Amino acid sequence: MAKKHSMTSVIFTETSAESESGSPVPTKSSKPAQQVTAIEMGARQREISVAEFFTKNRHLLGFDNPRKALLTCVKEAVDNALDACEEAGILPDVTVRLDVVPANGTMPSTSQATRFRITVLDNGPGIVRQQIPRIFAKLLYGSKFHRMRMSRGQQGIGISAAGMYGQLTTGKPVQIISRVGPKSAAHFFEVQIDTKKNEPLVHESKQIEWSQPRGTQVMLEVEGKYQKGRASVDEWLEQTSIANPHVKLTYHTPEGEVKGYPRTYHELPPSPREIKPHPYGIEFGMFLKMLQDTKSHSVSGFVASDFCRVSPQLADEMCKAAKVPAHTRPRDLKGSATETFYRTIQETKIMAPPTNCISPIGEKAILSGLYKQIKGEFYTAVSRPPAVYRGNPFIIETGLAYGNRPENQNKLKQAAGPKAEGEHEEEGSELARVIRYANRVPLLYQQSACSMFKAVLSTTWKNYGVVQPRGALPVGPLVIFVHMASVWVPFTSESKEAIADYDEIQKEITLALRECGRRLGLFLRRRERAASEYRRRNIFELYIEEVVEACNRLKGGKLPKEKLKGQLTKIANSRTGGAKTDEALGKTGASPEGLPNSIIVTEEGVEGEEDLTNPVQTDVVSSAPQAEPVCLRDEQPVARDVNATGKQPAKGQKKEGKPSKEKASQMTLFERAGKPKKPHKPSTVSRLREKT
Amino acid sequence: MAPKQHKTTPVEKKLIGLADVVVTAAERSKDPAFSIPIRALSNVSFNPRKGLIEMGGKKQTRSFFNVGMAKKFMQTVLVADALAELQRAELTTSLREIYYRTKHTIQDSQENTFDTQDESDPVIEDLEVSLAALREELHVRAENSGSIVGPVVFGDDGDRVDCSKLGKGGYSVPSIVEPEYLEIRRCTADFVLLVEKGTQWNRLSEDKFWRRYNCVLLTGNGQPPRGVRRLARRLHEEHRLPVYVLVDNDPWGYYIYSVIKQGSINLAFESQRIAIPKAKFIGLSSADPERYGLPRNVGIKLNEKDIARAKELMNYEWFKKPAWHAEIKRMLASGLKYELDALANKDFQYLTKKYLPGKLKDKDWLD
Repeated sequence: MAKKHSMTSVIFTETSAESESGSPVPTKSSKPAQQVTAIEMGARQREISVAEFFTKNRHLLGFDNPRKALLTCVKEAVDNALDACEEAGILPDVTVRLDVVPANGTMPSTSQATRFRITVLDNGPGIVRQQIPRIFAKLLYGSKFHRMRMSRGQQGIGISAAGMYGQLTTGKPVQIISRVGPKSAAHFFEVQIDTKKNEPLVHESKQIEWSQPRGTQVMLEVEGKYQKGRASVDEWLEQTSIANPHVKLTYHTPEGEVKGYPRTYHELPPSPREIKPHPYGIEFGMFLKMLQDTKSHSVSGFVASDFCRVSPQLADEMCKAAKVPAHTRPRDLKGSATETFYRTIQETKIMAPPTNCISPIGEKAILSGLYKQIKGEFYTAVSRPPAVYRGNPFIIETGLAYGNRPENQNKLKQAAGPKAEGEHEEEGSELARVIRYANRVPLLYQQSACSMFKAVLSTTWKNYGVVQPRGALPVGPLVIFVHMASVWVPFTSESKEAIADYDEIQKEITLALRECGRRLGLFLRRRERAASEYRRRNIFELYIEEVVEACNRLKGGKLPKEKLKGQLTKIANSRTGGAKTDEALGKTGASPEGLPNSIIVTEEGVEGEEDLTNPVQTDVVSSAPQAEPVCLRDEQPVARDVNATGKQPAKGQKKEGKPSKEKASQMTLFERAGKPKKPHKPSTVSRLREKT
Repeated sequence: MAPKQHKTTPVEKKLIGLADVVVTAAERSKDPAFSIPIRALSNVSFNPRKGLIEMGGKKQTRSFFNVGMAKKFMQTVLVADALAELQRAELTTSLREIYYRTKHTIQDSQENTFDTQDESDPVIEDLEVSLAALREELHVRAENSGSIVGPVVFGDDGDRVDCSKLGKGGYSVPSIVEPEYLEIRRCTADFVLLVEKGTQWNRLSEDKFWRRYNCVLLTGNGQPPRGVRRLARRLHEEHRLPVYVLVDNDPWGYYIYSVIKQGSINLAFESQRIAIPKAKFIGLSSADPERYGLPRNVGIKLNEKDIARAKELMNYEWFKKPAWHAEIKRMLASGLKYELDALANKDFQYLTKKYLPGKLKDKDWLD
């Protein structure tokens, strides 16, 4: 009781500076608390800086606990590095390093450590000297917020918040080295953030010698906790590598291990264009602000030039419909007229926004990423045509990896040997894993709050030959990949963990998942058919031996065994169709016929999009000197065609109306891709052999 | 060591016959097949004249070159081989040992001939039926899960077993009680009381109920195994003892009684030998709680399964008697079932001192 009392008194002293008048703390006397005048209150009212706000509310940015904080810091630094590289047209080459910081002169074990140094190095364009302090030590500063263009970061909070978190927990400034090119000098900075003013404080700024010809290195010291497993730094980097096969990632774990995620796709995603806002995505308040800020001299000019998809002609029509003179100056539009005008615009039929502002990963790249990181036997990927929610264009992409590699299956079998009672059929208890991405960034937290996860749950996987308990994830060796690319991804919070439930988004995800599911179902059925045919023959062959032996024993060992065996085998062959079955087996084996954008791995080798699985080019490219300016290689014209569907706005628009036609054109593209399969085959087979 | 001179038994001949089926079919390029009588409700009928469940003539064909049956066929041959081995060695064994004896991994595969005993047990029953051989003749015994106490003397492997001098534990009924294995040397009892539960049998045995009422007390711990049923039948047949059945008052108790009386669906082919059509149901009847003043709170609410099973029982031909329909309907109407143990609510020895004496005196039983 006494303890409680003292606690409340502490709170009193703290809050007394702010507002005692409205204090809801019940006092024993019914006497009203001391009166405070408006002037006195006014004196206390002051601006809150964003930095101060986020210092108190760091959970909003993903720094709720030490483990998550460590991940958030890595994530923000890597996102920035990748965004910078891609914008500059450089194939990203990123090194992440986590080091344990000794405490009190002793080096704690990795799992016990509470302080880490995070180093992220990229081969990007570098940052000009003047901007370094503000990028790293000012919240809400950046290039990404004000434009309608797809990028990993959105608000310009990320890296500076990570720096602020480090500063808060360890007192150490952020260290940055950056160089814009081999001919310029490398700059070293130590910056901190002045949380009161949300302005950078530069501690150190000098030129240094640096081995990197170009790029940026960020070093943060933060309080954190390193633990492998779900939602760990390791998992995040692995998933990043799946969705970004064009990135070469090197990861030095705090345990001293070096994990390399090689580049398997040697083409940068097409650079997304910046677009103007679409009228449907603008709320009234925003519209008013735009009216004030516009450079146009007339209302019609404003609508035509500040929005996308509004032609001058359409703008005039809208003005007419709203009964607003077209030449009115935007700033003169007042009161109810503005509202009418706004409503008229919303009611006018306007073409959907262009989609060249988003760059999907692409089916081939998804396949390549999944194939690289997940050992399965079936892969497929689907990119949906662009769609729109609240005036923001977006693209949904999904992928699937299913099963165990044949070589792993064999290993399992061999290790098991003859099975004891109750030992068989243990597989199938594991639940599917859903990996979620927004603009190529893996989302690890708040899975069940996410629209993507909900879409996976609501898909009826049973139809595709996968077991799914009611209201749960499907069961089986299955990884489900979902990606949303958009100029503005609607996250449920600033820490960017889950995607909000918009019907349009949910619908697109469901459609894409269903297509993946259909292909998986096709694969499973085909495999089952082949297996059952095989089993049919095998059963008889296996059992003949047993039956003959048993009969021989029954007859006291006096049976002409070989003769009986021969006779039975003959009957078996005539019953299972003999040679015809062989043929059927070969045919129904596992050709990805009718399965676009899929890879099937069998004991005989890999079928499907083989150029993706072919490792030769990987080796060549990854051994090439890094920081090479990137050229689009010619070896995958098909992939580029596919991505180009997003590049040509007019075409994309038409397609939206007729999805079936587009699908057909995609199919033909892939048929073309499938053709040069034969000559490749030996190499993939030999590779698999080597691996085993 | 010269092998012991072994005379081929008729059962062994039948087992070897299975091998001949395979050889003959193979020579004629035909699919080898056994025909096995179906052991299911669809293939049994109630013979009201004899008061027995009898097996019908429906048979299923188990052929080798059929994907669905190949494994079963192979298993049948393997079990036949193991059974023939028993015959030659003149040994008896358990179901579980047969399972282990026949289990192995098929060469060049990961597949086992049998994965669990659940696969081998039905195969043995199939062979019993199709070869018309008794399980005892196949030298397969079940667990000894029955007890007997009372004024009866057996000869077992040459030992004299006097069941009136075995304390309260009694004699454990072997699973094979055919005259060649178990001889009834003397029996002076007046009737046989077959009790469902071991606990109640213990109560009666401890209270020496059998001495006072001059009876044989038998239990099978639940659904009585064949040995217990066959022994009751022999006492009934050879010594003309009436058999009374004491079970819980629930659908499962009723069914136990009916199995003792008419035989079971699964072992319909055995009814001839082990069913006791004149057995009487002495309790616990659904009328008893009222008659003996058992309070409602010692009852247990019937669950859905109980209700469904009770309704199923009423549809069985052999339960279609007015007295039985009234009995089952009374239970359904009360919505309660009672365990024999519930009688202890009145007195620990209520069963021995009041309930059974009353029932026997009033001849209060159902047929």
